[in-house]
Amino acid sequence: MVNDNNTGQSCCSCTQQESAAPCSCGATASPPEIRITDSEITLANRLDHFLARWGFNREGHRVEPGLFRLGNPTPDSAVFASANYTLSFDALRSALSGTDAWILVLDTRGINVWCAAGKGTFGTEELVRKITETRLESVVNHKKIIVPQLGAPGISCLEVMRISGFSVEYGPVRARDLPEYLKTHTATPAMRRVEFPLKDRLVLTPVEFVHIALPMVVIAVLLWFLAGPVAALAAVSAVIGGTVLFPALLPYIPTQDFSTKGLILGLIIAIPFAFSFGTNPALPGWANAAGALTAFLIIPAVVAYSSLNFTGCTTFTSRTGVKKEIFRYIPVMALMAGIGVIMGIILGVSRFIGVI
Amino acid sequence: MFDSYTDTSLIFFPERCINCKRCTQVCPHAVFAEGKDHVELAKPASCMECGACALNCPVQAITVQSGVGCAWAMISAAIRGKDMDSGECSCGGSESTCCGPSQEQPCGCEEK
Repeated sequence: MVNDNNTGQSCCSCTQQESAAPCSCGATASPPEIRITDSEITLANRLDHFLARWGFNREGHRVEPGLFRLGNPTPDSAVFASANYTLSFDALRSALSGTDAWILVLDTRGINVWCAAGKGTFGTEELVRKITETRLESVVNHKKIIVPQLGAPGISCLEVMRISGFSVEYGPVRARDLPEYLKTHTATPAMRRVEFPLKDRLVLTPVEFVHIALPMVVIAVLLWFLAGPVAALAAVSAVIGGTVLFPALLPYIPTQDFSTKGLILGLIIAIPFAFSFGTNPALPGWANAAGALTAFLIIPAVVAYSSLNFTGCTTFTSRTGVKKEIFRYIPVMALMAGIGVIMGIILGVSRFIGVI
Repeated sequence: MFDSYTDTSLIFFPERCINCKRCTQVCPHAVFAEGKDHVELAKPASCMECGACALNCPVQAITVQSGVGCAWAMISAAIRGKDMDSGECSCGGSESTCCGPSQEQPCGCEEK
């Protein structure tokens, strides 16, 4: 839909030297398109969210960048910035149900606001670019944009003001707090705080699991034939432990480091398998002990590594801390996994050649 | 012990602060608290080094080595011989970055 408020500006109204873009005199530059959206989350939207959560077509959950009209906004209506990731955009437009507003969608390459802000794609440069491209100053008669608070790592409000003349107002962390926020344009301390409750942790588990599912299946099948169904189940359990159980139990596992939390969880998961491998009456004592030890070495290492990788999904880990964890625990995990694999190979070979 | 998150690269210069409170608005972990003449660095250990405060401080009263605390991204960078601190391997990576779209890790901010 073409915006009626935009008159369009002939590029020949300025000199050719002043205009960076080529133009043909006599023609009028087309006004930027303003798309229409609403607050309804349809079945198709929910399916899109479901697929995004499962990591299906990760690059495909995009909204066309640009300016959107939500409801029947006037030039006085508020302007909200968002990312061109469907989950971010849909959270905003559904939270603004009953509000007439403009939504300025930045091109974040299909990435959510916070991650894109960390990368800089939801950033000052892109915000200013979209303000210019959409000719926002001719659409609204104020100069204020409400930016999600989690976009702040990429946005310099001072630079946006200096370059575009628009002031940035940081809204609440969560889009669902917008109706309350808009009553006073003041965020409560709770609105400013980011949390990571069970629901938020659990919605991340499908994509975490899918990410490692294929290698897990391959290894489980191999183990099934080489060491039996219990070994295959151990592999599946280790992966599920690291990608599903760990996020769910994150605040309840002792210690602060993700690696140690993962090692603890992995040790617990390993207990039944160590018991199974360590109590085989058909095998000699040393083989039982080695089997149990193998489980206690490999499973915690796998769970701990998956747990450490979950730092990127959380809302609170710092780069300094994660880096320290990497240097402190990765060698331990590698050593544990290495010794465990060697012991497993020795057991397998011993069985194959009939020693046990 | 077993807490790697006690250190932070965040540095606050209270003598420069003009008490605009912008940092208290952008910090998602209430690292800064309102004070009488200037904001207070209340919970430095809670800083996740996102850099929002420093980027939006009008008087450079805050410095921080901002980056994404993602082990996957940092390990990926190290494996590919890139700088772990460069931030090249993080969410939002394009085809040219080491994470790339297909390997991209999700973040805990999907609905924010």
